[in-house]
Amino acid sequence: MPHPRPLVSTLAAALLATFAATAAQADEVQVAVAANFTAPMQKIAAQFEKDTGHKAVLSFGATGKFYAQIKNGAPFEVFLAADDETPARLEKENGTLPGSRFTYAIGKLVLWSAKPAIVDNQGEVLKQGGFDHLSLANPKLAPYGLAAVETLKALGAYEALAPKFVQAENIAQAYNFVATGNALLGFVAYSQVLDEHGQLKGGSVWLVPSKYYSPIRQDAVILEKGTTSGKAKPAAEALVKYLQGDKARAVIKGYGYAL
Amino acid sequence: MASDMHKETPALRARFHVAYGEFSLEADLTLPGRGVTALFGHSGSGKTTLLRAIAGLERHPGAYLEVNGEVWQDGDQFLPTHQRPLGYVFQEASLFAHLNVERNLNFGLKRIPAAERRVNLEQAVELLGIGPLLHRQPDKLSGGERQRVAIARALLTSPRLLLMDEPLAALDGKRKAEILPYLTRLRQELDIPVLYVTHSPDEVARLADHLVLLDGGRVAASGPLGETLARLDLPLAAGDDAGVVIEGSVAGHDDTYHLLAVDFPGGQVQVAHGPAPTGTRLRFQVRARDVSLSLSARDDSSILNRVAATITSVAAADTPAHRLVRLEADGTPLLARITCRSWDQLELQPGKRVWAQIKAVALLA
Amino acid sequence: MPFGPDDWSAIRLTLKLAATATCLLLLLGTPLAWWLARTRSWLKGPVGAVVALPLVLPPTVLGFYLLVTLGPNGPVGQLTQSLGLGLLPFTFPGLVLASVLYSMPFVVQPLQQAFDTLGERPLEVAATLRASPWDTFFSVVLPLARPGFITATILGFAHTVGEFGVVLMIGGNIPDKTRVVSVQIYDHVEALEYTQAHWLAGGMLLFSFLVLLALYGSKARSRHGF
Repeated sequence: MPHPRPLVSTLAAALLATFAATAAQADEVQVAVAANFTAPMQKIAAQFEKDTGHKAVLSFGATGKFYAQIKNGAPFEVFLAADDETPARLEKENGTLPGSRFTYAIGKLVLWSAKPAIVDNQGEVLKQGGFDHLSLANPKLAPYGLAAVETLKALGAYEALAPKFVQAENIAQAYNFVATGNALLGFVAYSQVLDEHGQLKGGSVWLVPSKYYSPIRQDAVILEKGTTSGKAKPAAEALVKYLQGDKARAVIKGYGYAL
Repeated sequence: MASDMHKETPALRARFHVAYGEFSLEADLTLPGRGVTALFGHSGSGKTTLLRAIAGLERHPGAYLEVNGEVWQDGDQFLPTHQRPLGYVFQEASLFAHLNVERNLNFGLKRIPAAERRVNLEQAVELLGIGPLLHRQPDKLSGGERQRVAIARALLTSPRLLLMDEPLAALDGKRKAEILPYLTRLRQELDIPVLYVTHSPDEVARLADHLVLLDGGRVAASGPLGETLARLDLPLAAGDDAGVVIEGSVAGHDDTYHLLAVDFPGGQVQVAHGPAPTGTRLRFQVRARDVSLSLSARDDSSILNRVAATITSVAAADTPAHRLVRLEADGTPLLARITCRSWDQLELQPGKRVWAQIKAVALLA
Repeated sequence: MPFGPDDWSAIRLTLKLAATATCLLLLLGTPLAWWLARTRSWLKGPVGAVVALPLVLPPTVLGFYLLVTLGPNGPVGQLTQSLGLGLLPFTFPGLVLASVLYSMPFVVQPLQQAFDTLGERPLEVAATLRASPWDTFFSVVLPLARPGFITATILGFAHTVGEFGVVLMIGGNIPDKTRVVSVQIYDHVEALEYTQAHWLAGGMLLFSFLVLLALYGSKARSRHGF
């Protein structure tokens, strides 16, 4: 009959090995990324790993959901939000490394249709009508939705078009409604309608002039979990620096964001 | 002839050819318009299949079925079960669990136009003795009670043909004994033909007027009960329990010796029994092993019943020592099981007049 | 006042959607369950599997396919357009259709089980007592399968009330048309309006509990009743 001791020591050795492995990969950084920034962030993270040796572990999702998760102990170290309000709120609630907040991208709003020759380059289609549904992200939840409402109000088309709204929970779903043709046109992020070479994927688009809506600032911040004794962990700090570097900025611009 | 009552317009002509895998049924039958016809056979002999086919519960192509002059099935023409004026009693009572006894009884009754009703609720309730059960739910009844309710429910559709599929098979001995008198009474009071599926020789003896013997999906015999039971070419006669069933009427009662005299076409028997009104119809069973033969009407034995008969045929029994002898007592067939030695000693042969000494008579009702 | 006018509108809409979907589900599910319980066709397996799909598929899969097939480029979308019905996404009838598909197994399976349990015998008995097949269905099958119908109704209704993913995909969050309670809760949570979210979510929790309590309570009663 085997003595129990070897089993226990095997287990202990395994645990130690696991711990050692964790310690060896300590330069990982857990990042919560706004869904609209998915494609550029994947590209940036790959370059980041190559250039610095640190690894960025990415989670994509809605900013509001991330907020709730962060408040409830989620292990994110850096947060790339879809707006500037949520990081500011976390900052006010002492959930961040003070002074770490910065704008990593400014979103551009477009009016887009999956069909060619629907959207003109002046947005006249909004006044002409001729469509059943206008897709936009929920203005209560998504900065792009709010920007869309501001644009419509500035154009004086809000009242007339409100009954045609189909509201998506986020900008990705607003894009889906248009892409599947269920809504003939909709307000989406410029980054969504560009391919990886910065070319329009298809359909017709109007890049909404920035004077019609307040800037869609997307802020990033180092979270409490990304700090150790009041200072940023090395990997978190490296990522934040990298995002502000030339290489990352080129990618961000390539995807249609302003800076 | 004992079969006089069957010599009328046939109630049912049926021709079914059924084949499912290994099993096949080939039946070509003509059945009498009155009385109980037992469909008798082992399990797997096709009796239930035949009954279900007659009810229309299974549809077999190419069949022909005519009941009381109406064609129910002929090639593609098929009258669905719910349009056939029949009653069906299943092996398990199958009362509707969501209805109490009275509503179960009314289920069929209220679907029959008033002008076509020949049985009313009171009659059916009285006939089957279910008055006290009317307001109970089926799950509060015993097996025997449930089956009586099911029979009453079938009768209340005023059927012109009653089909019963082993109605006693699911009951234990005590419940069977409880319900048999009701069935006997039914036989006497109903004027519609009944097809009764059973594998019980006792039920056949008590209830049947006509016997259809099924074996491996084939009709081995079909005829009046007394004649068919006495047929030496059928396996029925070979066994130790072989015997005939005779119907007679009460001739009188001997109060001193407590004997009931019963007349039948071939003579009279006396049975130890209490008094019964003269003229009452009843049936009794005479087993082959209880009949011995003698050449003279000796009265120096303790055997009470003695009937003059003629030997009509003889056959081997199930042991090499015995023979089965078929007799006729003025048209009533009888069977005797005797030893080969006695047969030779008495120099018996077909056509010979003998006395049949009957050691035991069992009254069936 | 715990509920705002938007919340009340979502509650009204949800109840209307669940009631409509449940009625349709019973109308369609009963013959389907009957067929599944009776048939010996080889189609029984495939059809049963299709009905059960929503049990295992994430709602987003069903929602995505609905969005694509009901859309202007999808086969069903082209059909509804050619019939002059317009397009179904972002409409109440569209949500009803989605709910019917999504809640189908919750209605069909209890009914099928009830019909299976019934067996052939009561139908045969009814036929020998002169009841036509339709008559038998109403006078024998329905009352005997009643527990199955109660379960199917409750589950179908409750499941439609609780549906979220599919509505999110094809609803478009239109007040009084497609903004149901589950979406409203999601919006409250996303907008960090936790108080309103708590009221609605708590109400939903209580509703679901009461529904299941009614269901299991009635089952326990019927088991001990006899």
